[in-house]
Amino acid sequence: MSDNLLKVRDLKIGATVYPPGEKPHDIEIVHGVSFEVEKGNVLGLIGESGAGKSTIGLASMAYGRGGVKITGGEVWVNGRDILKSTHADVRALRGGEVTYVSQSAAASFNPAKKIMDQVIEAAVFQGKFSKHDAESRAVELFRKLGLPDPENIGNRYPHQVSGGQLQRCMTALALCPEPDLVVFDEPTTALDVTTQIDVLMAIKEAIRDTGVAALYITHDLAVVAQVSDDILVLKMGDMVEYGTVDQIINSPKEDYTKALVSVRSIEHEEKTPTPEPILKVQNITARYKGTNFDVLKNINVELHPGQTLAVVGESGSGKSTLARVITGLLPQSNGGVRFAGRDLSRDLGGRDKEDLRELQMIYQMADVAMNPRQTVGTIIGRPLELYFGLRGGEKRKRIIELLDEIEMGEGFIDRYPAELSGGQKQRVCIARALAAKPKMIICDEVTSALDPLVADGILKLLLDLQKIEDVAYLFITHDLATVKAIADSIAVMYQGEVVRYGGKTDVLSPPFDDYTDLLLSSVPEMKLGWLEEVIANRKMESAGN
Amino acid sequence: MSLLFKLLAQRIALGFLLLFLVSILIFAGTIILPGDVAQSILGQSATPEALANIRRDLGLNDPPVQRYFNWLGGLLQGDLGTALTSGKDIAESIGKRLGNTLFLAFWAAIISVPLAILLGLIAVRYRERWPDKLISAVTLASISVPEFLIAYVAIFVISVRLRWAPSVTTINDSMSLGEKLHTISIPIAVLTLVVLAHMMRMTRAAILNVMQSAYIETAELKGLRMFTIIWKHALPNSVAPVINVVMLNMAYLVVGVVVIEVVFTYPGMGQYLVDHVSKRDIPVVQACGLIFAAVYIGLNMVADIVSIIANPRLRHPK
Repeated sequence: MSDNLLKVRDLKIGATVYPPGEKPHDIEIVHGVSFEVEKGNVLGLIGESGAGKSTIGLASMAYGRGGVKITGGEVWVNGRDILKSTHADVRALRGGEVTYVSQSAAASFNPAKKIMDQVIEAAVFQGKFSKHDAESRAVELFRKLGLPDPENIGNRYPHQVSGGQLQRCMTALALCPEPDLVVFDEPTTALDVTTQIDVLMAIKEAIRDTGVAALYITHDLAVVAQVSDDILVLKMGDMVEYGTVDQIINSPKEDYTKALVSVRSIEHEEKTPTPEPILKVQNITARYKGTNFDVLKNINVELHPGQTLAVVGESGSGKSTLARVITGLLPQSNGGVRFAGRDLSRDLGGRDKEDLRELQMIYQMADVAMNPRQTVGTIIGRPLELYFGLRGGEKRKRIIELLDEIEMGEGFIDRYPAELSGGQKQRVCIARALAAKPKMIICDEVTSALDPLVADGILKLLLDLQKIEDVAYLFITHDLATVKAIADSIAVMYQGEVVRYGGKTDVLSPPFDDYTDLLLSSVPEMKLGWLEEVIANRKMESAGN
Repeated sequence: MSLLFKLLAQRIALGFLLLFLVSILIFAGTIILPGDVAQSILGQSATPEALANIRRDLGLNDPPVQRYFNWLGGLLQGDLGTALTSGKDIAESIGKRLGNTLFLAFWAAIISVPLAILLGLIAVRYRERWPDKLISAVTLASISVPEFLIAYVAIFVISVRLRWAPSVTTINDSMSLGEKLHTISIPIAVLTLVVLAHMMRMTRAAILNVMQSAYIETAELKGLRMFTIIWKHALPNSVAPVINVVMLNMAYLVVGVVVIEVVFTYPGMGQYLVDHVSKRDIPVVQACGLIFAAVYIGLNMVADIVSIIANPRLRHPK
């Protein structure tokens, strides 16, 4: 073999599936994928969910999740085919030569053990370092990764550090045994944008300083463009395109890659405010029961009929709490909500059927927002019965109309949620909200759990439906690209306060306040060298101050 | 630390409140029992005067609430009253028998709890393979058979045929620890079989549940051995459900061994209780009931406390 660190030849991976009403059977989920990683290089694996990215990443450690089995091909690591290795050899490979960084460090750290014990465990177990040496190496890595108090952070338990810090600890865990290859599986996807940029930089510097090779798995092409040397584009277990990062980003050959590169192409002209807003949130202050601080502080925003107000902020900024107050799930301690020319009762019990009908909601997780034992027809038909008393043929006719509106059609009426894709599930949820003929819909992170191309389709659908139904959206999101695509006005929230509010163009034009500036500059852009540019700018600014 | 302390204090206070409520229930329960204590002491031929005298002496004419508080007041000073049938001090008679019951329960627990957890770990390590299925089958079979049947079979095989251990398990203070253990070896074995399955299955289920977690995958990808993963990563996170079942079974070893004690004529609480129920000796029944309740509540409280302490979020707050 050549001196390639990792060489994958015609890799085929199968899985056992358990479809409802059928016998369990094996299917192939990765159909012959080949690639190579040289020492010190980073290969980005990119694709949507179901593309087989994580499965391929784990296969480089000879590991299959659940019922996943490697059915064919070769995986060479350091000159030996690990698919033909003995059980003991594979164990020596894992945690020694190849290590893994998962998407959710919060779930991947054992809650009952100290961080340090978990970070050095593999290095000590594999005999690479003594406990003492491994610990000093871990402290060194903590420092390199920019963790606060690197000497002592290892003595903490996972729940005692923040999500971004834990993700960096996970990187330290992977780098501690001095591996030859690290598999990064969506390491920044679960983080806020402003945290993501720090972790991304830390990972990039760690890769550069240690000379380790990496597989970097993500669905976000803009992120992978910052850290990779080569990119492999995958779709449904097939290789679509394989090339250098420059070639993939700047001159993609395949249509699918072009679509990924040009995603978020929606143009939406900002509408002017009307004299009479449909929703007026006035001086809202709210706190959760049993706590002693306000999660919302004196919030004032307006939403106009047929328009979209985007509420944007990071986790913990209070944007979902605002939705809870407006829907009456969390009674505010101060202030009022005016909706369609009337004052809404503070709590849900005091609202009448008309209030409930005119104010609908769509959630982030479409799977759990639907009863898995009801058909699509029953799910969409329920509000028709409840609010309009429709029965029988009339109801069916209206359900079919709604299914047509969400571009799915009559064929889906008797299907169950489990038989739908993620995007289709979210469409059914949209139809259910529309069935009530609402004046306003609160959309809470409705595209966050979806792949970029699917999310794009949902956003386009929402914009089209807004034109037809003249419905207003309160659109809660952490994703600024989404905001740019669909908003008429924007409220930026930070720690329970609205720090910037106005029409889309105004909010997104300088001069910015510090937080909005940080937020906007943290959104990864699909161009090479973006990460270095941002970091350099920030260093310059802090040096200037 | 303050939240942990508060939770623990709450749990302990709740335990005492519960015990107090149980004492009311026990007292009320024995009062509404049919039959007349005085009648049962003196027999069918007693004269009305004699019955009235004995009722007055025993305080049976006082209103129930007053009698309850007299009883409770005595309890708080360690006075469980005197047995109606023998006139002996109940605390004294129970003390020794409670000691015997706890002795049997202790040794049964010492063997069954580690054994159950070990079998649970082995079942997880070889899940869906023959060791797992064998362990499940044997332990399930052993709880499905009534315990007195197991006891008699054990006596027949171990004591009568093999002559390894006695079938009558009377122990006394003059025996050494070794002699005592030899004497009660069959009841220990039978009790172990009875409680094993429940604890083993709960250990297996709790650990298998934890084995689904992402951090187990992390451990697997560190190249650790399966048994190391189960022991070091899964077990510490399964403590809460396992300890609850362990404590329930330990409580059963103390309060549920009536049948075993009778079969082996072991001088413990169970036999003492059964004897006095049949004699309608209300103060003894009340005292036994309360002690059993206290053991039950106490062990469950220990389970709660261990579960709370096992939670790293409570032990090490932010």
